[in-house]
Amino acid sequence: MACINPDGKPTESGTKMLRALKSGLGSPEEIAKEAGLPLFRVRSGLRELTQAGLANQKDEKYELTEKGTELIE
Amino acid sequence: MEEVREQVSRMPRLGEPAPAFEAATTHGMLKLEDFKGSWLILFSHPADFTPVCTTEFIAFAEIFPELQKRGVELLGLSVDSVSSHIAWVRNVEEKTGVKIPFPIIADLSKEVSLAYGMIHPGQSKTETVRCVFIIDPNQIIRTILYYPLTTGRNMDEILRIVDALQTTDKNAVATPANWRPGNPVVVPPPNTQEMAEERLKQGYECIDWYLCKKKL
Repeated sequence: MACINPDGKPTESGTKMLRALKSGLGSPEEIAKEAGLPLFRVRSGLRELTQAGLANQKDEKYELTEKGTELIE
Repeated sequence: MEEVREQVSRMPRLGEPAPAFEAATTHGMLKLEDFKGSWLILFSHPADFTPVCTTEFIAFAEIFPELQKRGVELLGLSVDSVSSHIAWVRNVEEKTGVKIPFPIIADLSKEVSLAYGMIHPGQSKTETVRCVFIIDPNQIIRTILYYPLTTGRNMDEILRIVDALQTTDKNAVATPANWRPGNPVVVPPPNTQEMAEERLKQGYECIDWYLCKKKL
């Protein structure tokens, strides 16, 4: 995964996305702006974070799961 | 023979939706739809760790800031593995100081290459030729360039095409031969007799009713 290392720790870009999600529900565009990452990276990253159970998608927006919150604390 | 015919028959064309894909890249798994809303230049190169390709990657990295200013993302492709791509871009940075900032598709299965008509058996049955697909924010193919294995591409022309397409989209005009930003643009030709008669009175710089230019 591009956002999470094999040891389970987030990469730098993964951490940026998780921190951007910490403030609440966000669209990919909002998260890209907050994290300072290209939109295509964020869309791809959100897919991975969701598949890994670290983020949830609600309609067009995303939020951290409990597992995702623990990872960046 | 069937396989060659199959490869050749899949040639996307201008004005068509870019073929969808999901691919392993040096920036993780990416889908074409991840780039929706941005202009995208999808380009292929024959092989990592080869001389012409290396000069091209350096050149693409050098125009990357200008492309970003224009809202354009870059995405490379070859049939090499992710490991090969990573080793190569690290080598380029180590030897030249140039960091490659854009993702590169590792198209080992040739799925994307074949969908985009990047394999030209007359040049190589295994490697992609040097293709450039300029794809707009609606993911429609707007320009296609095919260069041979021996000839590196010209970044100035690629930037010029992006400027021309964006100018066309913004202003509903065409651009003449050798156009550069700031040069006069072509006014769309009249498509009725009445419009043709009126055209020469509209204050454009005209050679005749069908060829008129204006400054933006």
